[in-house]
Amino acid sequence: MNSRHIISLLMENEAGALSRVAGLFSARAYNIESLTVAPTEDATLSRMTIVTTGSEDIIEQITKQLNKLIDVIKVMDLTEGQHIERELMLVKVKAVGAGREEMKRTADIFRGRIIDVTEATYTIELTGTGSKLDAFLEAIDSALIIETVRTGASGIGRGERSLKV
Amino acid sequence: MSGLAGKMQHSLTVAGQTDYPHGFTNDLICSQFMEATGAEIVVRCLAEEGVEFVFGYPGGAVLNIYDEIFKQNKFKHVLVRHEQAAVHAADAYARATGRVGVALVTSGPGATNAVTGIATAYMDSVPIVVVTGQVPTPAIGMDAFQEVDTVGITRPCVKHNFLVKDVKDLAETMKKAFIIAATGRPGPVVVDVPKDITAHTTEFVYPASIEMRSYNPVVKGHSGQLKRAVQMLLEAQRPMIYIGGGVVLGDASKQLVEVASLLGFPVTNTLMGLGGHPATHRQNLGMLGMHGTYEANMAMQHCDVLLAVGARFDDRVIGNPAHFAREQRRIIHIDIDPSSISKRVKVDVPIVGDVKHVLTEMLALLKQAKDKPDAALTAWWTQIELWRSKNCLKYNKQSSIIKPQYVVEKLWEVTKGDAYVTSDVGQHQMWAAQYYKFDQPRRWINSGGLGTMGVGLPYAMGVQLAFPDAQVACITGESSIQMNIQELSTCKQYRIPVKVLTLNNGYMGMVRQWQEFFYGSRYAESYMESLPDFVKLAESYGHVGMKIEKPEDVEAAIKEAFSPALKERMVFMDFITDAAENVFPMVEGGKGLSEMILAEEL
Ligand SMILES: Cc1ncc(C[n+]2csc(CCOP(=O)(O)OP(=O)(O)O)c2C)c(N)n1
Repeated sequence: MNSRHIISLLMENEAGALSRVAGLFSARAYNIESLTVAPTEDATLSRMTIVTTGSEDIIEQITKQLNKLIDVIKVMDLTEGQHIERELMLVKVKAVGAGREEMKRTADIFRGRIIDVTEATYTIELTGTGSKLDAFLEAIDSALIIETVRTGASGIGRGERSLKV
Repeated sequence: MSGLAGKMQHSLTVAGQTDYPHGFTNDLICSQFMEATGAEIVVRCLAEEGVEFVFGYPGGAVLNIYDEIFKQNKFKHVLVRHEQAAVHAADAYARATGRVGVALVTSGPGATNAVTGIATAYMDSVPIVVVTGQVPTPAIGMDAFQEVDTVGITRPCVKHNFLVKDVKDLAETMKKAFIIAATGRPGPVVVDVPKDITAHTTEFVYPASIEMRSYNPVVKGHSGQLKRAVQMLLEAQRPMIYIGGGVVLGDASKQLVEVASLLGFPVTNTLMGLGGHPATHRQNLGMLGMHGTYEANMAMQHCDVLLAVGARFDDRVIGNPAHFAREQRRIIHIDIDPSSISKRVKVDVPIVGDVKHVLTEMLALLKQAKDKPDAALTAWWTQIELWRSKNCLKYNKQSSIIKPQYVVEKLWEVTKGDAYVTSDVGQHQMWAAQYYKFDQPRRWINSGGLGTMGVGLPYAMGVQLAFPDAQVACITGESSIQMNIQELSTCKQYRIPVKVLTLNNGYMGMVRQWQEFFYGSRYAESYMESLPDFVKLAESYGHVGMKIEKPEDVEAAIKEAFSPALKERMVFMDFITDAAENVFPMVEGGKGLSEMILAEEL
């Protein structure tokens, strides 16, 4: 049974650290849905969120293999507990005629913000879980989509649950 | 700062044989601020680590380092004839001594030639540090002459690697490299040093140790798990101990033998675990796996409690995992690497820790335990003896052609089981593993995980240099030996008196065997025309060459090779062996462990 997991990790903010993780996933043929990385409030640390799918055995191997990387300090499978997941998406859509108002309404329903406007287009910013962003894309006419860009998920544990050095 | 000064003083003596132009005493210099070049730092770090040998090959990017090597006498540089051999020799040195092996190569082709050696060490978890030269930092990324992305190329086959971008980080990086290579599950570490860094200067301080927040290998096993394990062992009806290279690498064979003796359980070793439990011990069932003994494979398949120590259930060991899982058994798995546990086989009691540590604790618990091993053990041994009585390793001793197994048996007899034996990859490797009975760890040096043809001769060199008085034999095939044959020249230069035993069947025997069994005897490209005259070849390097064609000459030849008269000489023995001989027992790929083909069945 494959299921979706969000793995968070803290690693040394060193050159090449990202390629060690990416290389691990490709070398061992693990799935990777998205991977995001940026430094934390402590500039020596990077935090990475990886969304992957696999059986329980594979996910166990993934976390073990990640832990084995010398630069990795901590690994947490967020999906093992309560957590929050957010992704940012920017969508550029055609917005003309009657469809223009309709597009704005749909964006409002999804709590999207229009952040750039031309006579014929809107650029909409949306945040939420991956499935909410998917739902938005399904709610609008796909013929109107000019361009989408998504960041991939970031995740954090709920409540007291945290990933710290 | 007094500690620091002491450190520096010691470091200075590393370069002590060079003249200090101003006639300063070391003490005087130490009290001053001393700058060292990156090249000096590399060399001093190696000396600080107590390195005995650096196996290497020079080139543009490492010339500053070589210049410093020229000026020192703390360690010996061994000039190989191909960088692959440098890494293999360093690897063998590490396997035989338990210390970190060191190789030094130049950028570009030097580094790429080293990759096979690095990957070989990686697959077998051998601690080595490989220093690679790199083009100067401003040239990186410019497709400069002899530039390759060494860190990128080696990333998937190292435990860790570093590109040093600032001379101030160099000493610390070297220290980290040695720590990472040697601790936890050992492995190769590459330190890539750009040429300009070797010319830049900084103050040299070699840290005594370094904390790495991201690297803390587990040592102690979980005590609750240990108790569960002991209970499970004492309840076992059909127990089995299965040991791998971790027991050898972890220097835990003494503890393992004690645990096994106390319990009275049967023991089997993987190819990498040979010598971890003495082969001549009554409880030892020999190697298991694809070419394991009948008794070891049957006992492995049918046991009800399995104690796996420093082993990883790989495909060559348990065959088809689904077939293995058909029999109910509970598994206790001790390993330093959590990712080795429950990777291919589900484990009931995982114990992550240093095997020596864990076995020591297990021994203490066993000694305290009121229960004794289950009485059913006697019946289990009866069964095992029945399997053993099949005598699965028997072969035709009346043959008029030399049987390869016979050569290995005679080697074992002549060397009294006390030699270091290296091998290449193929049938000869399996026969060496089956017929040379290793009673001690670190005596059997081969490429188990990567299966690299060409390791045999450089492995023998690394071992012989580490133990100049030891008997070192390289069991090889006529194909494998040609993959690093150029090292005969290195043996000449350093008078390395290894003894090579080529089991010359004219074929890439292991390939031929598979083609015979699985490809309708179509021997595609597995026969080599035009072999050299190995005797003349050896002699051309000033070595002793022998060609042995009759079974009755085998023993005499080996005796002569290991006689005092030839102790200082490299001897190349070319045994013309039966080309049709196959390795048995054999578990076909994808088959179950108990589905062996035995010699007598064909
Ligand atoms: C570098 C490398 N290339 C190819 C192989 C595949 N291979 C495994 S065994 C073998 C034949 C080895 O022949 P030989 O050295 O003569 O030994 P024999 O099997 O005859 O004892 C080959 C080609 C390998 N293991 N390593």
